[in-house]
Amino acid sequence: MTQAPRRTPLYQSHIDAGAKMVEFAGWSMPIHYGSQLKEHEVVRADAGMFDVSHMVVIDITGADARDWLRSLLANDVAKLGFVGKALYSGMLNEQGGVIDDLIVYLAETGYRMVVNAGTREKDIAWLKKTSEGRDVTLTVRDDLAMLAVQGPNAIDKVCAVKPDWAEQIRGLKVFQGLPFGEWFVARTGYTGEDGLEIMVPAAEAPAFFTALIGAGVTPTGLGARDTLRLEAGMNLYGHDMDESISPLEAGMGWTVAWEPAERDFIGRKALEAQKVAGVAMKQVGLVMESRGVLREGMRVVVDGIGEGVITSGTFSPTLKLSIAIARVPKATADVAAVDLRGTLTLVRVVKLPFVRNGKKVYE
Amino acid sequence: MSQIPAELKYVESHEWLRLETDGTVTVGITDHAQELLGDVVFVELPKVGATLARDEQAGVVESVKAASDVYSPIAGEVVAVNEGLEAEPEQANTAPYAEGWFFKIKPANVADLDGLMTAEAYAKEIGA
Repeated sequence: MTQAPRRTPLYQSHIDAGAKMVEFAGWSMPIHYGSQLKEHEVVRADAGMFDVSHMVVIDITGADARDWLRSLLANDVAKLGFVGKALYSGMLNEQGGVIDDLIVYLAETGYRMVVNAGTREKDIAWLKKTSEGRDVTLTVRDDLAMLAVQGPNAIDKVCAVKPDWAEQIRGLKVFQGLPFGEWFVARTGYTGEDGLEIMVPAAEAPAFFTALIGAGVTPTGLGARDTLRLEAGMNLYGHDMDESISPLEAGMGWTVAWEPAERDFIGRKALEAQKVAGVAMKQVGLVMESRGVLREGMRVVVDGIGEGVITSGTFSPTLKLSIAIARVPKATADVAAVDLRGTLTLVRVVKLPFVRNGKKVYE
Repeated sequence: MSQIPAELKYVESHEWLRLETDGTVTVGITDHAQELLGDVVFVELPKVGATLARDEQAGVVESVKAASDVYSPIAGEVVAVNEGLEAEPEQANTAPYAEGWFFKIKPANVADLDGLMTAEAYAKEIGA
């Protein structure tokens, strides 16, 4: 039986702003408000806002919260030195596959975790299962909406709407957040631009959305969110990695905290065995200078070495050519060929990301 | 709401056709098609002089979202292609019935047009 998609607290705001709504991970979400390309450009050049209320915010409290998270996550929450500091991590299964990728913040009374919408049910089940018998309380915060305001002018425009908070918001360093009553403002994002992710009580979200429009922030949809994150070389769960893919083959090696050696997180043994045996594949960027668009699932041929696959591909609005994230044999070359609708087409193999702060960064 | 000009003919694969005064037929993709595709970023057009059968692949339109084949809605010889569209593919979004045309064909049999969908039939087809 198919259920009607859920609506975020900003559903009516999107309709009023002219959004084209689509179903995404069980939610009715704006794909664009007219032109995905224009929305992409506004985030690179000015400020856009994405409704990310479909993502799942979970507060974690209890005396065992820290120890449990240190056993649950491949990155180490012991690195979180002060309240509001954020950590990106994979949550792995025993085989070392990625159950989800997430952000965890140190809160005043424990931790706050943000996980993907598409993995909501299995993540919550995994959190409950692994915390069983421990002094850990999980509270899913469906009472909060979340807006990502992103772009070079994003912080200025949020500060114009929240002048009383401006000084503290401007003081935030990258990957840091601060609570303001029930609100939480963090300098994080998924676009490769500066900006904020703001959790706001659901009832206050529509007025905040309207105020941001008044301050010159453009509503931007999931379409632009995907091209922005791809240019920024950021993984999308279920595409660039999943439970069958090791973080070491998905560009997430930097998120695995190997030290201290005695910290036994779920998946550690499997990852250590992979390191000993040698990791076969790695994540790279592909750039195609000829016409056409690289797409997820296309075969990548590295001459004389082996084959890989495109895990995400698109047309890059910033670079005006097609780019992709791919998983290829570790001993890859500088060039490869992609099976583009039946024609093997030459692409360059580059290091991610493609774009940061509005500028091309790959060589 | 999609625009569906009354004076044009349509086919199920979302191309439109316009019979010109010189007897050629101009072909493009409909407003509904461009809405489904989203922002168009590349087009591939047929070669001038190519002879196409009805429903034969005539080109490709790629949007940020997906690649789709463009079919010839009528049999004939390609007599012109819109090079301006290759340079500015967004015209398929902004002016699908004007600057966003794809190619012109000299129909093998101009009567073939009669069997194609009217604007009214196409509106029904797409549920507009």
